[in-house]
Amino acid sequence: MTATAEKRLTRAAHAARRRPSRTEALWGYVFIAPTGLGLAVFYLWPVLQTAYFSFTEWGAFGGHTWTGPANYARLVADPEVGRAVLNTLAYTGLGLVGIPLAIVFAALLNLPGLRGVAVYRTAFFLPVVTMPVAVAMLWRWLYNGDYGLVNQVLALVGVDGPNWIADPATAMYALVVVGIWSSIGYNLIIFLAGMQAIPKELYEAAGLDGAGRVRQFFSVTLPMLSPTAFFISIVSVIGSLQLFDLVFVMTGSGQAARANPAYSRLQTVVQLFYERAFVTDDRGYAAAIVIALLLLIAALTVLQFRLQRRWVHYV
Amino acid sequence: MWKSARSGAALLCAALLASACAGGEQAGTGARSQEKVTLSYGVWDATQQAVMQELAAEFTKTHPNIAVDVQVTPWADYWTKLKAAVTGGAAPDVFWMNGPNFQLYASNGVIKPIEEQVDTSVYPKSLVGLYTYDGKLYGLPKDMDTIGVWYNKTLFDAAKVKYPAADWTWADFKAAAAKLTDAKKGVHAIGAQLTSFQEYQYNTIYQAGGHVISPDGRKSGYDDPKTIEGLRFWTDLIAAGQSPDLKTMTDTAPIQLFEAGKLAMYWGGSWDVAEFTKNDYTKDKVDVAPLPKGEKQATIIHGVANVMSAKTEHPAEAWEFVKFLGSKPAADLLGKKGPIPAYNGTQSAWAAAHPELKLQVFLDAVSYAVPYPVSKNTAAWQEAELTHLTKAWTGEVPIEKAAADLAAGMNELLAKE
Repeated sequence: MTATAEKRLTRAAHAARRRPSRTEALWGYVFIAPTGLGLAVFYLWPVLQTAYFSFTEWGAFGGHTWTGPANYARLVADPEVGRAVLNTLAYTGLGLVGIPLAIVFAALLNLPGLRGVAVYRTAFFLPVVTMPVAVAMLWRWLYNGDYGLVNQVLALVGVDGPNWIADPATAMYALVVVGIWSSIGYNLIIFLAGMQAIPKELYEAAGLDGAGRVRQFFSVTLPMLSPTAFFISIVSVIGSLQLFDLVFVMTGSGQAARANPAYSRLQTVVQLFYERAFVTDDRGYAAAIVIALLLLIAALTVLQFRLQRRWVHYV
Repeated sequence: MWKSARSGAALLCAALLASACAGGEQAGTGARSQEKVTLSYGVWDATQQAVMQELAAEFTKTHPNIAVDVQVTPWADYWTKLKAAVTGGAAPDVFWMNGPNFQLYASNGVIKPIEEQVDTSVYPKSLVGLYTYDGKLYGLPKDMDTIGVWYNKTLFDAAKVKYPAADWTWADFKAAAAKLTDAKKGVHAIGAQLTSFQEYQYNTIYQAGGHVISPDGRKSGYDDPKTIEGLRFWTDLIAAGQSPDLKTMTDTAPIQLFEAGKLAMYWGGSWDVAEFTKNDYTKDKVDVAPLPKGEKQATIIHGVANVMSAKTEHPAEAWEFVKFLGSKPAADLLGKKGPIPAYNGTQSAWAAAHPELKLQVFLDAVSYAVPYPVSKNTAAWQEAELTHLTKAWTGEVPIEKAAADLAAGMNELLAKE
């Protein structure tokens, strides 16, 4: 359907101006040149370079030698890489809980006659516009085992809380909570927009058929929202796989992070990349790590596109 | 259009050539001494920026043709930025160097060895050794630091424990630690900090008669039973509940616990004077004692040195400046306002600045001090130290096993250097 719509649009455009002259096309390129050049120089070229560097070994002060697939052989055998990938996947998987949560909150905010919507929306959206480092610092205090607010509240009800981000048993969950908390506002706004785009007639028709609020939510809202949910899941999976700043600040930056007893549960792929590239000066290997991450992201995204047929309904 | 581009490029080349020739000519006619030169000087400590600028101004007085631009980069970014600058050929002419990074820079030939004969006897021998690579000296020591035991007099009085004596031993330390711990009040004797080897593990390793790395820098010392004794000193304190566990210290750093009155002792460097005399809680409650003696008396000594970039455009001027920074007048000025100067005999001014503290402790320690252990790629095995010892600090793995694993991992890394 989109294809036909496009064709119709192009035909209309052709009809409107008979001959799109070559000068016009040239000007078009001139106008996109700044962005295009920026993308090529600052995104595309570094990606290609990184791909090349992943086959080299670096000296501490530059200068590299071609080593072929040696870095990749090392990567496959490195237990730290496997662990970092598992941690990253665990974070990504657990983070998906944020999507239904965002839908529920969006549905509540969308209730007709709800007062103070603007206040709630702002409250939910505030973490999104806060710097990730500030967010991580704040949660570090909240999670502090001895002085943190979380444990002080728990103490009121007689629970002796753990050292949330230093305890291997709780660290990943503590991290996921912060991840969801800081991204829920963004998802919620998009879901809210998606909900408001659902035609009112559908609800009216459902109402005439005798569907209550809850039934309407499951039979109308959810299916109609699936394209939005698909978009959100793609974006948040990619974002989660690139997790760095939260862990970097919450575990104690730099090498000190390794003294965190929970570090082996928290270390992400990008974290490992950072350590290899900038702490131990192993840049070729670091390049191989990010290229592997790129492939992982690509694979998961392709998989999601494959799976969408099962659950995404386009009107 | 192509034609004009090409001719433009040709013109540019010609201009570049001309300027290059002009530069050569100037040098050839000996006009250089008249030339005004500005040296860049890279440092990381903002609290020392003022005294560094003062030193630079002092230097320009005697060398009117050389101005010095002091460039401060915060510690967190200093090495990353410097490495990028060196790689790109834009390093400062003169910059601060530390022990763990020195051999990496020297072995890659990106800093310049000192060619002139200098009298190194004016500096502590261990610091001269720290900045010597392949028999060549690369930097003149600027300052130095040693480690001592900072203690909270109020907590000692409350537990009725005598203040540490100058000749106290590990046994005395352990006896005091047992008495100072008060679980009910949440007070621990000490925090067995894992992340600062310079203030903690390295000291006890050498006190126990062990070593971190062989003198030729090729083999790890972590499989030496004496080294393991030095590590056990700390894990025992955690096991006995005289130190908070690693989780607690991860959430709240030992220095914060000490400044909150939750730790009776804190092993810390001479650089902590600035912190503890300023902090509202500690300023009238703390004093300092030498580290307790194990099989031997030992403390880690470290110090910053001034080095020159190998690619500096003004090697003669840069050397003049480094020489000045390593001189007695410069040390005298530094001692009044900054860390302990490295130049022997100029340190008393530093100790006199806080007569209420026994700062002489840090100076006396120089006589038995051990240099900070380093190799060509120190950062690589420092990461391994944390990775393996974390497991012993949590009690997950016995210290013998963690140390053996660390020794194996470190030897593998050293073999690659």
